[in-house]
Amino acid sequence: MSEEVKLHGVWASPFSYRVIWALKLKGIAYEYVEEDLSNKSALLLHYNPVHKQIPVLVHAGKPICESMIIIEYIEEMWPDTPLLPTDHYKRAIARFWIKFADDKALSVLRRTLYTTGEELEKAIKECLEILEIVEEHGLEDKKYFNGEKIGMVDIAFGSILYWLGVNEEVLGVKLLEPHKFPRLHKWFHSFQEVPVIKENLPNRDNVISFLKGRRETLEASST
Amino acid sequence: MAKSDVKVLGAWPSPFVMRPTIALNIKSVEYEFLQEDLGSKSELLLKSNPVHKKIPVLIHGDKPVCESLIIVEYIDETWSSAPSILPSDPYDRATARFWAAYVDDKVFPSMKEIFIAEGVEAKKAAIQQLVDGLILLEDAYVKCSKGKPFFGGNQIGYLDIAFGSYLGWLIVTEKFNEVKLLDEAKTPGLAKWADIFCADPAVKDVMPETDKLAEYAKVLAKMRAASK
Repeated sequence: MSEEVKLHGVWASPFSYRVIWALKLKGIAYEYVEEDLSNKSALLLHYNPVHKQIPVLVHAGKPICESMIIIEYIEEMWPDTPLLPTDHYKRAIARFWIKFADDKALSVLRRTLYTTGEELEKAIKECLEILEIVEEHGLEDKKYFNGEKIGMVDIAFGSILYWLGVNEEVLGVKLLEPHKFPRLHKWFHSFQEVPVIKENLPNRDNVISFLKGRRETLEASST
Repeated sequence: MAKSDVKVLGAWPSPFVMRPTIALNIKSVEYEFLQEDLGSKSELLLKSNPVHKKIPVLIHGDKPVCESLIIVEYIDETWSSAPSILPSDPYDRATARFWAAYVDDKVFPSMKEIFIAEGVEAKKAAIQQLVDGLILLEDAYVKCSKGKPFFGGNQIGYLDIAFGSYLGWLIVTEKFNEVKLLDEAKTPGLAKWADIFCADPAVKDVMPETDKLAEYAKVLAKMRAASK
């Protein structure tokens, strides 16, 4: 596949990293373009006129948007190192958990990032409920959601939990505790040890400063 | 495959439930439809979808598959003989998935918003938001169909199913608010497509009648008003 691959992303975005991990796991060469979301480029607006968001993957000049849709595209174009099971039923289960990650876990992550006071307390409570559901139903006794090797579901949850983990430091609240969520906690540790993931994480201190800065602005404007 | 090997747990007014039934019809797969009483969910539903406890659920043999569009993909992959539901080209598949997500994430909530909006101004704003979304979908229809009748080309495809399943409710929304949402002026392609979709053999027996749906919507509105 010699046509050019470009990824338009943003350094502090979990969605950017999802695509980076998928590309790196499959050994796909690509050019990374850092976007400034406060001053969106004409190119980004051209590639994603509907949502005007990153990430956007551009392959042979054609844009694909929405992180997990991008990864399904990558999976189909570059089938080596599969990120989804081959069994149809297992694929349906994987897609179920990807949807759960994006509909439920992501929405609660956002609320822990962007709310204060009572709303934040509610978000934290919901977050624990979501983690409980994944702990009980999602992982079973597998090493990774995808089995022996990480796949799309691991990428979907891994990105969310990494940002959740950084936010735990910002908030001074522990959410993914090993005694409460032993499977998930063990899985997340293993996930972060996978070389492609370990070598492709944003600078943690930078993310902490970024989130702290946002929280300070949020708290200042709510008083 | 015996009829009882494939079951769909659903409820007749639900647009989401139409998605797997249309897909099964396209594949000529016989199935048993089990109507759920959403006020009193069956043991089978609670066991089959413990996370969300929602319909639709496809039960194939003894294996439950949940989430309407995921069920459609499962049906397409499992009964892989023609006709295909998803496009074969990966870029077209990504495009179909993108617009299906748009329909679920933007169009459907806009429609719901119209029902719950209070006051003339709020309703007007909600209607405008929906219309803006439909205009984007008109453009997507033109690009995806490439002159053929459906988003999927000559036959109903994934995106036709995703968006078409909302048509019953879209018509009810038009009736209740005395507004044309899919019309020949703003969305000519979709206006024509809607008729062709609803008349398709795979669709017409599972699309609820507008009058029945309108009655149901009135009951829902009364319940909502009473619970305030």
